[in-house]
Amino acid sequence: MLMKLFLRTLVLSCGVGLALAGLPPEMAEPVRVLRAVGPEGQGNVAASAAWKKLAAGNVSTLLPLLDAMDGANDYALNWLRAAVDSVASRELAAGRKLPQAELNEFLRDMKHSPRARRLAFELVMRVDPAATDQLLAGMLNDPSLEIRHDAVQKLIDQADKELARTNKTAAVSLFQQALGPARDVQQIDGIAGKLAELGQPVDLQKHFGFLADWKVIGPFDNTGNKGFETVYPPELTIDLTAEYDGKLGKVRWQDYTTKHQYGMVDLNQPCGKLKEVAGYATTDFYSDKARAVELRLGGKNSWRVWLNGRFVFAHDEYHTTAEIDQYRMPVQLQQGRNTILVKVCQNGEVADWTEEWEFQLRVTDSLGTPFASVSKSTTAPATNNK
Amino acid sequence: MNLKLLSLFLIAATAVHAADWRQFRGPNGNGAANEAQVPTVLNASNSIAWKINLPGKGLSSPIIVGDRVFVTCSSGLKEQRLHVICYNAADGTKLWERQFWATGRTMCHEKIAVAAPTPVSDGKYIATIFSSNDIVCLDLDGNLIWFRGLGRDYPNASNSLGMSSSLLIAGGVVVAQVESQSEAFTVGLELATGLNRWKLERARGANWTSPVLLQTKGAELVALQSSKGLAAIDPATGRTVWNYTNSASSTPSSTADGARLFIPSQGLTALEFSGADAEPKQLWRSGQLRPGTPSPAVLGGKIFTMNDGGVLTCGNATTGDRLWQLRLKGPFSASPVVAGQFLYCVNEKGLAQVVDTTRPEGEVVSELDLGEMILSTPSIANGAIYFRSNGQLWKIGKS
Repeated sequence: MLMKLFLRTLVLSCGVGLALAGLPPEMAEPVRVLRAVGPEGQGNVAASAAWKKLAAGNVSTLLPLLDAMDGANDYALNWLRAAVDSVASRELAAGRKLPQAELNEFLRDMKHSPRARRLAFELVMRVDPAATDQLLAGMLNDPSLEIRHDAVQKLIDQADKELARTNKTAAVSLFQQALGPARDVQQIDGIAGKLAELGQPVDLQKHFGFLADWKVIGPFDNTGNKGFETVYPPELTIDLTAEYDGKLGKVRWQDYTTKHQYGMVDLNQPCGKLKEVAGYATTDFYSDKARAVELRLGGKNSWRVWLNGRFVFAHDEYHTTAEIDQYRMPVQLQQGRNTILVKVCQNGEVADWTEEWEFQLRVTDSLGTPFASVSKSTTAPATNNK
Repeated sequence: MNLKLLSLFLIAATAVHAADWRQFRGPNGNGAANEAQVPTVLNASNSIAWKINLPGKGLSSPIIVGDRVFVTCSSGLKEQRLHVICYNAADGTKLWERQFWATGRTMCHEKIAVAAPTPVSDGKYIATIFSSNDIVCLDLDGNLIWFRGLGRDYPNASNSLGMSSSLLIAGGVVVAQVESQSEAFTVGLELATGLNRWKLERARGANWTSPVLLQTKGAELVALQSSKGLAAIDPATGRTVWNYTNSASSTPSSTADGARLFIPSQGLTALEFSGADAEPKQLWRSGQLRPGTPSPAVLGGKIFTMNDGGVLTCGNATTGDRLWQLRLKGPFSASPVVAGQFLYCVNEKGLAQVVDTTRPEGEVVSELDLGEMILSTPSIANGAIYFRSNGQLWKIGKS
């Protein structure tokens, strides 16, 4: 057993790409097949047969299955997860014990896939629910959002208990400890609400990292929602000194800074409450180095986004509902200046609940940790829209 | 086995299948059960066979295949955890559960859930889609047959209020109607592999309706409803056979009864079709039979529609004439289901109401307060009726 653990650790230390090499020989091929599944059902036929082999495993194959999740794509993760579910349920029903010590060790090793670690956590919970508190200790900054959520919730619960005892100082301290690592929007809002009640208001716009300073221009025509597809001049080049023909006359770029606590950029303010219109907002975001980030956008209007002149994504949907991080777009920032352009369209509906013509946007890592724009001194020229 | 014995065996097998409830709104997709022996007096003390806690939210109906009940739920952060659970119909014990991580967007209105669409089964496999457009196909023992992440494959096909169209199995494919303002398509996935057999671009627009199977004279068509109207397609190829273009609702689904189709359009519009390639003819149109959110149910020459407030209307399915109206205790999101002469309706507050449809003006003959919000359409199988809320699953009837 020790040798197995050693070998597994050795393989993992050599990187995710070698995870397959550490698998028992009879598992290597079916795991390879499952990890090869991809978009549009690619690999499904072979995967179905391979899955049956893996799902027929026993307690000794659970850890290798979890190992196999490292670096797997989201389709493959689901195939592997279902195999783990199948094996674990059958073995538990048969009265066999799960390898709890190894699962604990797997969970503590941050190099593993966050989802595989969460699955290990849940397997331990199935056999030893009392271990929850012990396992969550020290996991406030866990790369698994689910584990982090539970660890943060533990602190929130403790803070609520202190509050119930009218120990406000202790409650404030615990809420503040929970706020930093929290990534779940509901948790953050809840903590901020409690802290505000306790006289410690949180600057939510800053905490979430919403981009507040923009240049905006509009209105352009969106009659019949045709403006969503229409290429107006800002999509060709961003010239902040230019003047264009808009829907109601000449339009120019204007400074706009949002004070909204959730960073809403409200085009009704600079342009007026209009219908069947389109507008643009642009801002420069400075990064200290090239890095992979997510642009996270929320809003109830149709929108398009470009980064450094390159189209990123668009969504043509009006007035359903909005929430923070509604749309997540993985992008690559360059070192220095990065120009973000957002097109936001308003349709012709006239009901009260269709007045919004706005969006919010922030730059984060994959967990939702916000990045702030750094000093312009690190600038490198951005490629303007062509 | 001699011929007589074989015949008896086949009859018995058919009887078992006839009592299954394998898809949204039952064996015929029209709210009607193929059986009449269902409890008509509901009370908390002796009509609840069992009640179990569910691990997550859901608007999906349970489906029943033989002695197994299948339910979907969604739970966790942003409801990204997708559950498919199988219970023993006899006593409610869990036989197996599989969980998956959503690959598509899970945002939806707080009142609804990612587990909104109802699973479907052909008796061998169970397939289900979630609001994230993830589709899972398992066999009845929980073995994973295939997984598709349509939300990942086609990321613009999403609705921030949630998606709810249930799957349909026909022509050897799983028909998934994935339609939103930003992107809309219907796809036929090979039942055995999950691979695209065909993909049909559809008019963009929010759409929560489910596909409905039309069968007559050996022909099998799938009706795809949307705000534009309704297209009848050949499920084997995705070819559009005919189009009804007089607009339709994007919430309640159409209801089929053999060769007749009742479309929530201009009130309620009845069409009749006569074969695979024949254009349908309109039988009648009635503003008085306009449904709200619940989809109509049809049985025994009667059609039942309900508005959101709880006014139940019974019409003559052949003529469209209104026969009677009855005010139930609303409001309603769940569609009514019917077994024999009794109609089962459950309102959003969880009050189940049984209506005797043979009374001159219809009459509520029994009520059962389940005490939780219920938006899910009930299911009927093997002499029992099933209700589900966000937290519970009830079996009403024999244990």
